[in-house]
Amino acid sequence: MKSFSFVVLLFLFWLFLSGHLEPLLLGLGVASVALTVFLSWRMNIIDHESYPLHLSLKFPGYFLYLFREIVKANIDVARRVLRWRGASVSPQMIEIPLLQESDLGAVIYANSITLTPGTVTISLSKDSLTVHALSKEAASELATNAMSKEISNRVFNQ
Amino acid sequence: MIIDILSWILLTAGGALGIVGGIGIHSFHDFYSRLHAAGITDTLCAMLILSGLGLQAGWSIAAFKLALIFVFLFFTSPTASHALANAALHSGLKPRLSREDPAEQNHHD
Amino acid sequence: MFITALLAILVTMGLALARALAGPTTYDRIAAVNMFGTKTVLLIAVLAFFTGRSDLLDIALVYALINFIGVVAALKLVTQGNFHCPDCNESEARQGESK
Repeated sequence: MKSFSFVVLLFLFWLFLSGHLEPLLLGLGVASVALTVFLSWRMNIIDHESYPLHLSLKFPGYFLYLFREIVKANIDVARRVLRWRGASVSPQMIEIPLLQESDLGAVIYANSITLTPGTVTISLSKDSLTVHALSKEAASELATNAMSKEISNRVFNQ
Repeated sequence: MIIDILSWILLTAGGALGIVGGIGIHSFHDFYSRLHAAGITDTLCAMLILSGLGLQAGWSIAAFKLALIFVFLFFTSPTASHALANAALHSGLKPRLSREDPAEQNHHD
Repeated sequence: MFITALLAILVTMGLALARALAGPTTYDRIAAVNMFGTKTVLLIAVLAFFTGRSDLLDIALVYALINFIGVVAALKLVTQGNFHCPDCNESEARQGESK
């Protein structure tokens, strides 16, 4: 099931990228999909974790939330770069607890933190994250764990 | 016509944000802060420019390719930032935190 | 319409290049090169529309991937001094056991 949807996905990918329907190009597409599937099977990477098909329907809602956060954070960092109305930087290193249970949740959380400008995940351990924040406000917002809760709600329905 | 104006606004805003990020990597005082400035140009700046181009492309293969470029940037940029920050921390590069004397910050440059 | 964006991206690339040359640490340089690469992708994408040649989008796509791999490889070379994988043999052995 998983490998089958992987093949379909790869072939659709080929079709959209090439945009040609001649037999020769379709044949080349089939060959490269076969090679890719063989290599990924040999590397043993088509599994629940690296190919989270079961979550793909839930990601759009989370992306909307993340997009809003990214826009907000971008405006904030841009203000601090330009020193707009006395905005200034006060770099912080904070440690926040990691409340995600699964590895996938932890990765989504750490990546989301890094993706919003103004906060970068520096290191990740079993139960905590070390984050470098550009300002006190960004650090204290992270400390509320709001983003972690959103991930639990929107992606994992907890 | 409206689409042209809208995509002009998006492209210009994206370009302006890119320049802000460029200024940021010069005005901030330590490596970790500069990473945040580089983050601006990787996220919203890229989003604005790519969506401005997407409006011009309409519903076509070009728009799909732009979306793919966006997805790749979206997934690779945090990984690269994290790898950089992690490697810098492990190599012993200390972040300059705000607890330090602000008068001293100007000396270090 | 595209010329403004092109110029803005070029200015940003210039600023990133200046940071890459100025350093001071190696990590600053790599971060600047990463940013330069991202801007290159955007530049190629805008150029595709500016010149009306949509094939250039494929190049932008490939560049986005190569840029990431290049940055990670450069980072590995800087931190380790080589491209070896320190615990590869170990993990291969572990995989062999579990099979």
